[in-house]
Order: sequence, then structure tokens, then C-alpha cells
Amino acid sequence: MLNYIVRRLVYMIPTMLIISIVAFMVVQLAPGDFLTKYKLNERISQETLQNIAKHLGLEKPCEPLQWQWSGCVERYWRWLKGVLFSSESTDPATGQRWRVWSVSTQLPFIHWNPDFGFSFETNQPVSKLFWERLPLTLLVTIPTFLFAWLISLPLGIYAATRQYSLGDTIFTILGFAGLSIPNFFLALVLMYWLVVSLTPTLCSWGWQFFCPGNPGASVGGLFVQEHMGGSPWPWDWSLKKWLDYVWHLWPAVLVIGGSSIAGLMRIMRGQMLDILGSQYIMTARAKGLSERVVIYKHAVRNALNVMISIFGQSLPGLIGGALITAIVLNFPTVERLFYDALRAYDDYLVQTLLMFFAILLLLGNLLADIMLAWVDPRIRYD
Amino acid sequence: MTEKPVSQGQLIWRRFRRHRLGALGGVIIVLLTLLTLFAHFISPYDYATQHRRFAFAPPTPIHFFDRDGRLSWPFVYGLQRERDPRGRWIYRENTDQVYPIRFFVQGDPYQLFWLIPTDIHLFGTGERNPESPGQVFLFGTDDVGRDLFSRTLIGGWVSLSIGPLALAISLTLAIFFGGISGYFGGGWDIFIQRMIEVLNSFPGLPLLLALAAILPPGLPPAISFLLIIMILSVLGWGGTARTLRGLFLVLREQEFSLAAKAMGAGNGRIIFKHLLPNTLSYLIVSATLGIPGLILAEAALSFLGFGIRDPMTSWGQLLNQFTDNTISNLTYHPWLMIPGFFIIIAVLAFNFMGDALRDAADPFSTQGRSV
Repeated sequence: MLNYIVRRLVYMIPTMLIISIVAFMVVQLAPGDFLTKYKLNERISQETLQNIAKHLGLEKPCEPLQWQWSGCVERYWRWLKGVLFSSESTDPATGQRWRVWSVSTQLPFIHWNPDFGFSFETNQPVSKLFWERLPLTLLVTIPTFLFAWLISLPLGIYAATRQYSLGDTIFTILGFAGLSIPNFFLALVLMYWLVVSLTPTLCSWGWQFFCPGNPGASVGGLFVQEHMGGSPWPWDWSLKKWLDYVWHLWPAVLVIGGSSIAGLMRIMRGQMLDILGSQYIMTARAKGLSERVVIYKHAVRNALNVMISIFGQSLPGLIGGALITAIVLNFPTVERLFYDALRAYDDYLVQTLLMFFAILLLLGNLLADIMLAWVDPRIRYD
Repeated sequence: MTEKPVSQGQLIWRRFRRHRLGALGGVIIVLLTLLTLFAHFISPYDYATQHRRFAFAPPTPIHFFDRDGRLSWPFVYGLQRERDPRGRWIYRENTDQVYPIRFFVQGDPYQLFWLIPTDIHLFGTGERNPESPGQVFLFGTDDVGRDLFSRTLIGGWVSLSIGPLALAISLTLAIFFGGISGYFGGGWDIFIQRMIEVLNSFPGLPLLLALAAILPPGLPPAISFLLIIMILSVLGWGGTARTLRGLFLVLREQEFSLAAKAMGAGNGRIIFKHLLPNTLSYLIVSATLGIPGLILAEAALSFLGFGIRDPMTSWGQLLNQFTDNTISNLTYHPWLMIPGFFIIIAVLAFNFMGDALRDAADPFSTQGRSV
């Protein structure tokens, strides 16, 4: 097993290289570079411009759409070198060196401190921006993920064991609705309901938490003003901050999770129906096993294998959902960072985050394969 | 008495019609398409006409009873703008001014089907001045006073056409690459499969956004529309190509294609005459099930401001106003959400229809399920 994991990790290296090249090319496809913006700014001296260009390898053009490739390799190589070997980020305009807040401040045994380039919009290293946002991103994504899976699997089992019943029909229709409502629109409708109806009502019932000025009355964002700074790690939080977080989180969980639930439930139901119609289930019933044992010990276990292999495929939907919802609900997550970077043509930030999403997908698929081998004794990789 | 033989197509059609929700989906799609085709005629205003004095006007109520409670020909009251104590514009009905709704009125000029120049609109008050108080805004107006109903109908043109168009391109790509991959195999097969893997190793939406962000903001609307279709289809062909490859791998070894080969048919003839028709039911189903995803993708893209841009419009683009000042827009101008329901209805209809087609195209299904 260990052998297999190591082999997979090694195979991931060339894939990641290709992914990084694609991400780089996508960013370079945009006409011009940030230097164009700098050149328009009169307060930046000619010398600074030259410094930046030299530092980032911008002297030669890289405009794939105009078939000018000469500078591309140079630029890509500089970026890659920073990721692999650097431990500091340099502001190309001022030459100022940044010791980056990173994984190694939290986990001192990791010494790799990659430099993903510099964000010209915010004048900060990309890695700083990224690591700052990561904890909150996980705090939004993991609960959503758990919610989606913990709800959809039981629902799928329920619908399959009572096929064509009223419950099954209702869940099927709800599932279709969940697949058909755009994430962002569901978020908007939910926000509308919260702002216009729910919180004013709860406040009028005398619940101070929901009255204007308290966390409960604010919709959008992950925290109210007073909780925004401070440690991003939840074990440092006060109870009030926790309440604030939970209150702001649930609409996102519902919206992002909702569409995943619809899809996952349909698949689980289909799998269960296939398995329940197979002969070994008939055998199990014939030899007098209780229905509970038949369903949970024989059918569900086999259906779970398929669900685990779906796990990797369900990640893109989750990321996409989180992206849109983070924008509508104004969450300070990595996805929101990506959106802002795109709007500002912040090259290195876009490139790094594109890679991050792709790597997340790779790791998700790897995790799915490992879990599959662990759950299903028939699968042997060595 | 011999029964007339039934073709596979007729069988599919029979099973499809039995699927009630699927048929309903089909009817809705036809209705939406008609609404969109006649959008210029049905909408009372041009989609770009600005009623500067009526920015953020709520939907106009249409009255069937006059002030004295007597039944009357449907009419609207004059729209009057006032400032509320906080300084925001609010709108009031001036019951002294009565504008009857009239049918086939003259209004903004347009070209029916982009061909016939005319200025007849299905309904309206007949007031030609955009600042006249006699306006009928069925869905209200947006931030510069454009009629949301007219914009929603016109927006359907992009939202509904982008799915089939992008699908046509991506299916062509899928057939081309999947066909080569499955039929010829060898080095090309390996290359194409690796290409698909790289394409699939990016989560769709972020890559879609990054590519759409490349388009410069100043492009003519028609060009950017075409480019967005290109982007959507270039990202979308991978999965279908994979399945087609699998189908081709199986089909090319079967007796009928070996026979065709033995009789001296060329590769092109075998692929297009013998193999492709056998994948038709899969292609149709994957097309119908692919459209909702494309509609949603375009909606998300335009909503985030990277897709269709002003002055051109689509249902997603109409919701774009909510990306800024979300809360105040939701609180004070909730009617701006109306185009979203059109997205839901269209996607739902395509999903139902795709589901029904899948059941119907499956030769082993005994009957179409009702739900």
C-alpha cells in the first residue's frame, strides 16, 4: 500500500509540472502584463520599471496570441525557481524582502517556504495572501463537505429502499430542483429571506443576537467587524466569535452543499437500486437475514465503494460552488481571492491559485483511491 | 394482419411521450424558445431604452378595476417619483392619470427576426416618450431605468442559444478526437487521452473564469459571445470524447464494421456511416443532459461579470447587479431577481427532458417512469 502511495505521489510530479505550465500559459494569454499598468503610473520611476522587468524576466515579450514566445521560458523558469528553492519573497519594485507568513510559522518542522511570486495589486507576496486565507477556506469547505456527504448518503439509501414511495418522489423532485438552481441564485434568495424576513422576525421575538448591531443581523461576510482580525485558527476563538462564525457559515453550507447533495443522492440511490436487485441480496434475504443486515451490511457497503470513487469527481463542483458562493456572500476565502485577482489581472496570484485548485483535485483523487483500497478488500494495488 | 414495423426512432418517441415530466420539459422549452424568438415583439420596449426618471421602478401593477371599483379595461396609473425621508427615490401611483393597456401599439423600432423592420409591439401604453408617466414595467426597471421584462426576454436569446451552440462545437470536437482516439488508437490515442487528463485536472469553473477574464472588455458583443461559446466548448468536450472512444473501441471490432472494411470501405465511410450512427442515442442524451450545465456555466460566468457584458444581456448578466451592494439591492430592489427564475425553469426543463430521453433511448427500459 505504502509502495502504491509513494508511486502515485511520484507520478504526480510530472502532472503538476504540466498543470503549472498550463496555468502559466492561461495567465500569459491575457494581453499585456502588470508592467503596462505600472508604466501608466507616473510616480514610478524608469529605474524601478527596469528593476521589475529584470527581476521577473519581463525584458523579452511573452504574448502567445501574437506568437511571441521568446520571454515565456524565462518567466516560467523564474517563477518555478521561486516555488522550488526560495524561502523569501522579494518585492520587485522596491527590492524589499519579505519573510513570508507560511505553513512553517504554524508547523515549525516544515522548512519549505515557497515563493509563489508577487501580487502587484496588493503589494504583498502571493504566498502571504494565500496562507492567510487558507485556514478560513478550510473552515468553510470542510463543514460543507461533511454536510453534503452525511446528508446525501442516508437520503440515497432511504430513497432506494422505498423506491417510488412518496418520500422517494419528493427527494427526486428536490434533487432535480437542487441541480437546476444556480448556486449564486440560491445564495441570493437565501440572503433575501434572511435580511427581509428571518432576522427582523427573530429580533422582534426579543432575541438580541438577531437585532441590528449584533452578529445575527449581519448577512454576508464570515464575521462581523469586531471579530475580523485575530487568529484565523478556531482553537484561539472566543465563544462569541464561534457563534458569529456558525451563524454566517450555515447559508454557505446550505448553498454549496445543497447542489452536491442533489447529485450525490441521485448516484447513491441508483447504486443502491442496482445492488438491491442483484442475486446475492436475494440470497441474503432467502437465508433469513433481517432487512437491516441485508441493507446496511450487504448493500450499503458495496454502494459505498462506488461513492468513494466518485469522491474525487465531486471536488470540482464543490470548488466551483464555493467560488461563487464566496463571492455572493463575501467570504474572505481563497476562492474570493481568486475572483479579486482575476478582476485585477493579478498574474502570479491567478496562476498560483489555479494551480492550487488543480492540486486539490489531484490530492482528492489520490485520497479516493487510497480510501477505496482501504474499504474494499478486493482492490489490491501492489 | 401484419403490424407495421416500428423504427428505433419511433420507439424512442413513444417512450419519451409517456414520460410526463419529460414531455412537460419539452413543452416549456418550446414556449421559452418562442418567447425569445418573438422577444422584440412581445417586449414593450427596446432592451436598451433607458427611462432615466424611472431607475429602479418596481413592477407596475396592472389594474382591472377603476377607482370606483368598477370592472374596466386593464390599465395602469401614471408613475410618479418622490423622495422618501432618507432621500431614496420611491415610486407612487398617480390615480389621476389613467393609461389603458393597448395591444399592437407603436413603440421603439426593431427588426423582427433581425430582418423585418417594424415598430409594432404586442402591448404597451402607446406612450412614445420614455419619460412619460404612463409606463408598463412588468418586472420593474434596473439602475438606469431599462425595462427588466424586455431585457429578460432578450436575455433569453443568449441564455438559451449558448447551450446548443457550445454543445454543437464541443460535440464536434468530441467526435473528432474521440473518433481518432478510439478508431485509430496508437500514439494519437495516448496523446489525446493525456490531453483530456490535463484538461480534466483543472476544476471547471476557475479555469473557465481565468480564460474568460482574458477577453478584453472592449470587444464587440457578438465577438465576445462567440469567444465565450468557444471557451465553453473547448473546456467541455473531454468527457464525451472519452465515452465515444470507448464506444468506438467496441464498435470497430464488431462484425458489421469488419464487413464494411472487408468490402473496401474507407476509414471515413466506416466512421461516419457505420460507427457514428450507432452512438447516436448516446450523443443525443449526452447533448440534452449537457445543455443545463452549459446554461448554468454561462449564467455563472455572466453573473460574475466575465461573460456577456453590458449592453448585451443574458439572464446571468441581469443578475450581475447583485455582485455589488448585494444587501441593499436585495432589500430595496428584489424584483431584479426575476431573471433568475427563468434560469431555473429553463435548466429544470432541459434536465427533465434529458432524463426522459435517456430512459427512452435505453432499449432495455420497459417503460418511461413518470418521475
